[in-house]
Order: sequence, then structure tokens, then C-alpha cells
Amino acid sequence: MSFLNYLISGVSLGSVYAIIALGYTMVYGIAKMLNFAHGDVIMVGAYVVFFATSGAGVPAIPAVLLSMVVCTVLGVVIEKVAYKPLRNASSSLAVLITAIGVSYLLQNLALLICGSNTKSFTSVVGIPALHLAGGQLVITGETLTTIVACFVIVGCLSLFISKTKPGQAMLAVSEDKGAAQLMGINVNGTIALTFAIGSGLAAIAGVLLCSAYPSLMPTTGSMPGIKAFVAAVFGGIGSIPGAMIGGILLGVIEIFGRAYISSQMADAIVFAVLIVVLLVKPTGLFGKVVQEKV
Amino acid sequence: MKKLMRAASAVLAATMALSVTAFAEEGGTFKIGGIGPLTGSTAIYGQAVMNAAQMAADEINAAGGINGYQIEFNPQDDESDAEKAVNAYNTLKDWGMQMLLGTVTSQPCIAVEGEAVNDNMFLLTPSGSAVECISAGDNAFRVCFSDPNQGTASARYIGEHELASKVAVIYDSSDAYSTGIYNNFAAEAANQGFEVVAAEAFTADSKTDFSVQLQKAKDSGAELVFLPIYYTEASLILTQAAGMGYEPQFFGCDGLDGLLAVDGFDTALAEGVMLLTPFAADAEDEATQTFVANYEEQFGDTPNQFAADAYDGMYIIKAAAEQAGITPDMDASAICDAMKVAMTEITVDGLTGSGITWTADGEPNKEPKAVMIENGAYTAM
Amino acid sequence: MKKLSKTARQNGITYGIVIIAFVVMQILISTGNISSSLEGLLIPFCYYVILAVSLNLVVGVLGELSLGHAGFMCVGAFASAFFTKCVQDTITNSLLRFVLALIIGALVAALFGVLIGIPVLRLRGDYLAIVTLAFGEIIKNLVNVLFIGRDSNGFHFSMKDAFSLGMEPDGEVLVNGPQGISGISHDSTFIIGVVLVLLTLFIVLRLINSRDGRAIQSIRDNRIAAESVGINVTKYKLMAFSVSAALAGVGGVLYAHNLSTLSATPKNFGYNMSIMILVYVVLGGIGNIRGSVIAPVVLNLLLDYFLRKFQMMGDNVVLNFLSDNRMLVYAIVLIVIMLFSWSPKMIAWREQVFHKKAKEEAE
Repeated sequence: MSFLNYLISGVSLGSVYAIIALGYTMVYGIAKMLNFAHGDVIMVGAYVVFFATSGAGVPAIPAVLLSMVVCTVLGVVIEKVAYKPLRNASSSLAVLITAIGVSYLLQNLALLICGSNTKSFTSVVGIPALHLAGGQLVITGETLTTIVACFVIVGCLSLFISKTKPGQAMLAVSEDKGAAQLMGINVNGTIALTFAIGSGLAAIAGVLLCSAYPSLMPTTGSMPGIKAFVAAVFGGIGSIPGAMIGGILLGVIEIFGRAYISSQMADAIVFAVLIVVLLVKPTGLFGKVVQEKV
Repeated sequence: MKKLMRAASAVLAATMALSVTAFAEEGGTFKIGGIGPLTGSTAIYGQAVMNAAQMAADEINAAGGINGYQIEFNPQDDESDAEKAVNAYNTLKDWGMQMLLGTVTSQPCIAVEGEAVNDNMFLLTPSGSAVECISAGDNAFRVCFSDPNQGTASARYIGEHELASKVAVIYDSSDAYSTGIYNNFAAEAANQGFEVVAAEAFTADSKTDFSVQLQKAKDSGAELVFLPIYYTEASLILTQAAGMGYEPQFFGCDGLDGLLAVDGFDTALAEGVMLLTPFAADAEDEATQTFVANYEEQFGDTPNQFAADAYDGMYIIKAAAEQAGITPDMDASAICDAMKVAMTEITVDGLTGSGITWTADGEPNKEPKAVMIENGAYTAM
Repeated sequence: MKKLSKTARQNGITYGIVIIAFVVMQILISTGNISSSLEGLLIPFCYYVILAVSLNLVVGVLGELSLGHAGFMCVGAFASAFFTKCVQDTITNSLLRFVLALIIGALVAALFGVLIGIPVLRLRGDYLAIVTLAFGEIIKNLVNVLFIGRDSNGFHFSMKDAFSLGMEPDGEVLVNGPQGISGISHDSTFIIGVVLVLLTLFIVLRLINSRDGRAIQSIRDNRIAAESVGINVTKYKLMAFSVSAALAGVGGVLYAHNLSTLSATPKNFGYNMSIMILVYVVLGGIGNIRGSVIAPVVLNLLLDYFLRKFQMMGDNVVLNFLSDNRMLVYAIVLIVIMLFSWSPKMIAWREQVFHKKAKEEAE
């Protein structure tokens, strides 16, 4: 029975990683940059919901929508101000370092505005926990919501990309920016849209993360952000199903590693598995193998 | 490249200009420095310390100062990093610091004490609990309990009151405070009538999900879970334990204090939690109530045990300074020589204990109080 | 021939900057005109320069992004500090002890460089970056659960806790898990630091301008072309990677012997530090060794000297705000510098403005 409990916790933690990883993987696939500030957008999303619900008394659903709007705007503004001017810089590292700067900026602004005190996030999920097998197996409402949300989001995103015009434009830009532009695709608009969607997802991820693990401070987003980045690479960066599978697997490995090997070395185990996977399959589980041309 | 060079030379010139600025001794005020994390993931502890120390300094100044002289308090950020703490210490020395109230966290404190002992600078750490924080020289003292003291006291308390026969521990294996207490707890447990059936760790990099640790504690049949950790993680553990329907006795140390003050935390979850702490924000005595009311008014938060330690620390400096009869025109080394004698002679009644005295090696003599959370408030046991 | 002398002159300027800075600082120290805070920053300057220069070898010269540089620094620091802690009572000459510790730190870091490099260098681009990050985190995690003690029966190891070392009562815990090693003697000095900076520069510049260095650069510029002319890509990649790791270990040795305590926290040996070093490299210019000497000094002066001093320069609301929010100011400065120095539009604008000026001056 413990095994099933561990599995459920792993899938729950992994689903949060997966939603965060989706933002990483979309932005990487289309803008070809690692958005290090993504984890901090999650933190902003969670703070917005926290202040809206417990400060202003806004009900849960409007608060989440508000948070999505705030994060979407934030994501687009960050892209316009900090990343766009560097898109054609001579080294791709320039925009990486700027993203790190943005990450520090968001963390320290949150510290200045919201204070250093930990906030205990009140869950926005109203679903009661499921008690199975005579109370031996407990699945909380947050876990159920997170897992369902993860699958719904992946489904919607896949449909969006394969069935709609802007989605097709995203695919085209990720294939070849120059050619896409020649075909009349608005490349800047498409990249901005990608950031908007990724940041909106970050808001959802922030709410779910803090509903399941209710402690909120300015650095809340940074470690889940890094882990989700690892998950995105694990699944094959740029691939949407890859991000989901990578995220869930990472969560399960983390929990199982802690449960069956060593709770002190759980992080080392997660990273070691990542390394082994990449050595066997150098582009991640679902990554595309790009043929090199001379 | 040329521009970078130009910028660099300008910076160098400015540095030299600054570095030769003589720092005039004002003579009229005592300069007390403070070092702690004001940014980063442990900012909560540093900010509490600096707020409370500033508050105490203002109160002392309003009441006429120390030996008739005003005090000036200068807090510096160390991001809880040893190297940054030494930088902060050096900056404070340039400012003309005569006594140091710091540092807040253990590792930086050990590094700063390594420097302070050479300068013979008086150091009083409000909350650096590792043994090594004050062991390098006789210039250093502390307000809080040391890690061994807490670990051993907790194990004895559980053993002597027969709270449980099977005990599980959840601790932070990447944190010196937590591991220090755990190691001493485990050592003392061998002498007591209970068994440590599970010792599960977490790290600073994975401190959101505690389902595994709780499941293991549950499976091992532990009746009591010992939490030598800080309250931020403890609030998560309590929430997750309630979520999985696990209800053992929880027992913690002074790091757990502050649990009830977490914004938005459902205090019903903390019902029945026991902790050994020197300070309780809900205590009935007048001194604590005045302190809590003033702190809440000034900073909008309920003070935690770090704040109480720092507040006491400032008054301890005052008591020792008055005993030693120091004046601001003395240099830091002379002040330190006088202070370290005075520290062993004074007895202080503070928020974190009454009748506190110090030994020459810097350890305070005070008894931890065991309290239990009942109806959302601490009750003495 | 002329080209060679040009590189030699450029390298000479780089060495010159370090030596002049050293002489100026020495004069300030000997005449007592230096503030404690600046004096305290001198050794950190040295190890940050060593770390930035050595990372530039991988990022700038080999052209691979490494996010685990702090891991090698951690290995060097712990290996050397452990050695120093063991022999502190037997070898009393601090210089000899430091040199031995230095050799051990550099060798262990180089060994890790080779061990990690062999699998990692098969990957490319962002996948390589994430794996180096993973290795850095693994090293940090393992060091945090390492306990080593010594008693009359010899050494005891544990990966669990100090209690399970099972030592005799006379034993001493040398490496105490997250608390790390404390009571390390202060063997680092500014002079040693500068000598090590010069040594690092010598090794890196020599390597770049050698036959091996040209092979490494050719891999960066076009791997396929390099392979097709018969350059052993793996060998040269591994060479650059392990030299860089060994030098990072040297930086770690200097770091460990500058503070009396050593512990692996996310702050000092986690990916945060790796990224910090990368920031120095990118700000100084990728592949530009002299930039990697200057950038760490300038950034650390800003972060730990000027912003801290602002508060003491008078009761000014703006200055107080700036010094109270050091990290916020740092973030903004970082973003602005990056936009200013790397954006193609800004580069074009700057060229236009400065070009015009130069023209006018010439006329």
C-alpha cells in the first residue's frame, strides 16, 4: 500500500513539474532560449492568487483568472523589454544571462513588496480527498486536480498547435524562423504569443504548486523551476508530450528515490537518472534528432 | 573592450578615493553592527533579527542610552553566505563598529568569528546555534541555545516524560542547525527509554513534498515525530500529515516557533504540537506582551523567536556595557576586553529566559521551556 | 611573425593589468591607506578571476556551455581543506601546507573533470549544459551527506550521520555533513592569490596560443570540419575541460583557505555560483580572457563594496534604498549592461556615435 501512496505522490509532484516544464519547452522550442525567469513568474502567479483570495476576498476561480492575466502581461512585457532586443545577439548566452537578471529582479521585487515572511497558501481546490482501501490510500483533492489539469492542458495545447493558424505559425517558427518570415508569418507576434501562453500556464502551475505544497515566499519558484527545466530536457526539449512525460517521470523518480534508496541523496538520484537517460538517448525521451549538414 | 577598460579604471580610481577616506571617530555614540540574511531564502530570519535589534536600540536611546551615550545600529546583509558575511564584517569595521550583534545563521557566524577573534571584537550572536560559532575565542557569546543543548534536552524530555516508545525524526540534511540537533538527539536517545525507528531527511532543494518521510514514519509505527527544523517546512509537514490522515504527536525545537504566525496557516493543524522554546509570542508576562505589541505596530508581523533573541541581545549588550562601564571613545579591542569580563558577571531577565548568566566560553545558562499548542496558543507544560 | 607579436603584446597587457593592480594594492596596504572592506575583497577577487578565466576556457575557447563549474570548485575546496585539517598539527609551515593542499585540490578537481568529461562531452549544446548542471548539484548533495571522523583507530566514513561513524570518545569529526569543515587555517594570502591568477593566465593563454589550443578553437568554430582534417575531437575537448576543472579546483583551494569554515550550500557551490561565474565570463566577453580578469573585479566591487558603502555616505533616502536593496540594484544593472553591450541595435548605435566622434576628433 505504501508503494501506491508513493506512486500517487510522485505523479502529483510530477504533474506540477510537467505544467512548469511545458512553459520551458514551448519557449525553448520557438524562441530557442532558456527562460530562467520562468520559475519566478510562477511565484508571482501564486502571490497574486494569495493576495486576491486572502487579502481582497476574491473567490478562487476569478482569482486564478486574474493571476493568469497578470502573468501573461508580465511574460509579454519581459519578452519585449529584456529578451527581444537580444534575439539576434551574436551569442545565445547574452539572453540567458539577461533571463537570470530578470529572475533576480522578480525575486527581489517580491521580497521588497511582499516581505520575507512565509505565507501559507490556502488551497483553491474545493474537492474533498478520496479515501480508498479503508483509509490506507488517500488521494487529496489537490492531487486529483493537478493531475487532471496537467492532462487537460497538454490536450488543449496539442490541439491548439495542430489545429489552429497561430499554432501552425508556432510550429513554422520553431522549424525555421527565416523561412517562416518569408511565408508571411509574424515572427515577433508568434514569439510574444508563446511567452503569453507559457506565462499563463506558469500562473496555473503556481496556484497548483502552492495548493499542494502551501508555503509561499519570494524564492518559492526557483527550485521547482530548475527541476522542471531538467524535466523538459529529460523528455526532449521542445516536445510537448515530452515535457509532460518527463515531468511526471521526474516526480515519480524523486519520490521513489527518496522512499527506497536514500532520503538524503534524493536530489543526487534524480540528477543521476537524468544523466543516464541523456547518455543513452542524447536528445531526451521524445527529442528530435537533428541531422547535421555540412 | 576599450570602454570596459575605461570603466574599470574609473572604478579603480573611485575605489581608492573611497578607501583613503578617514573614518572619523565621533566619540558620542556606541556603534553596534548587525549581520544577517536580508535577502535570499533565509531573509525571514535576518529581517526579524534586524527589526527587533533596531527596535531595542531605539528604546534604549529613548531611555537615555548606555552609560549616557546613544547607540547606533547598522544592519548588513550576508545572504546567509560565509564569504558575504566576512565582507559585511569588514564593511562594518570601516564604519567604526565597536561591537557586533550577529551573525544570524550558523555558517556565516563561524566565518565571522574566525575574523573577529583576531580583531578582538566583541561578538554576541542572537541565533547562531552551532557549537563552533563561539568556540574560536573568548570574545564570542550567544543568546540562543546551542544545537547539542537542544538535541539532548529534547531527547531527555521525551524520555523522562515517557511521551513515546517509538520516535521518528524528519530533519533537513543540508542544514547545519537541523543536522546538529538530530545528531545529538540520536546520541542521547540511546540513553533514554525510546527507540528512533525512522530518521528521514530532506534537503534545501526538495523541501516541498514530505509525503515519503511521513509515510515512512507512519509505516514504522512511530507515536511521536521529532521535527528539529524551521517552522516554514513544519507548516508543510503538518498540512501534508493531516492530508494523509496521519496524526502522531509532533515535537519540535525553537525553530518551530513562529508556526502560528505564518500568514494564512490553519492553526487547527498545529493543535497538540509540543516544542521546546525559550520564547512564546503569546506568553502572558508584561515584557513579552509589550514587545509583541510594539513589534506588530512597527513591522506588521508577529515577532518570532529570532526577533526575541535579537531584542534580548541588544539589552544584554546594554547590561554588560553598563557593568563594564565602557565609553564610546574606547576602541573595539578595549571594549571587548571589558565586555568579556562583564558578560560572566551579569544576570539578565529577558524575553527568552529569566536569570540568564554566561560562562566564560560564551554559552548562556537558561532552561528551555516545553510548551504545547492548545486552542491556537502556547500553553506551558 | 607580426601577428604573433600582436598576440604577445595583447597577452602582455593582460599580465600587466594584474601586476599593476597588485602593486597599487600592495602600496595601499603597506601605507595603511586601505579600508578593511577593500582589503577583505582582495582574495575573493583572485579566486573569482581564476574561476572566470578557467570557465572561459570551456565557454569561450571550446565553445561549450558548462553550468557546473562550481562543482569543480567545490571538489577542490573540500579535498584541500580536508588535507589541511588533517595535517594542521604536523605541518606547521603554512606556505608548504598550502602548496601541498593546492596540488591535492587541483589534482582531485582534474580527476573529476576527466571522469565527468568523458560521458558529458559526448553530448552537445543545451543537453551538455544541463548535464554539467546536474553533476554540480550531485557533487553538492553528496558533500552535504559526507561525514568523516578520525580517532585512535584511524579514519571513519559515513554517508548517514555523525552518530553512525561509531568513533571512540577521543575522536574528532573532520567533515561534518552540512556543517562541512570548520577551523581551517587562513593560509590564503593576497600574494599567493595573485601568483595563482598569473599562473592561471599563463596556463590558459599558453594553451590558447599553442597547437593544441588552435585545435580546440577549430572544434568550436566548426566541429565537422575539424573532425574531417583529422583532429581528435574527444581528446581536445577533454583536455580543455579537465584543465578548466583543475583551475576551478585551484580557485576552490583559495576559497577554502580564506574562510575559517567550509560548507556546501546552494549559495556558494550550487548552480547559483556556476551561473555567477558564467555572468562574469559573458560580461567580460566570451573568449576574451582579459575581460574575465576585469569583470569579476568590477562586479564584486559594485555588489560588495559600493552598494554597501552607499549607506555610510550620509543619510540620503536614495543611497539608503540602494544599499538596502543591493540584489535588486544588481539585477537591474545586470539586465541593463547586457542590453547595452549585446543588443545588435545598441551595438550599431554605439558604433555610429563613437565612430562619428572619432571622425570629428580626427578632423
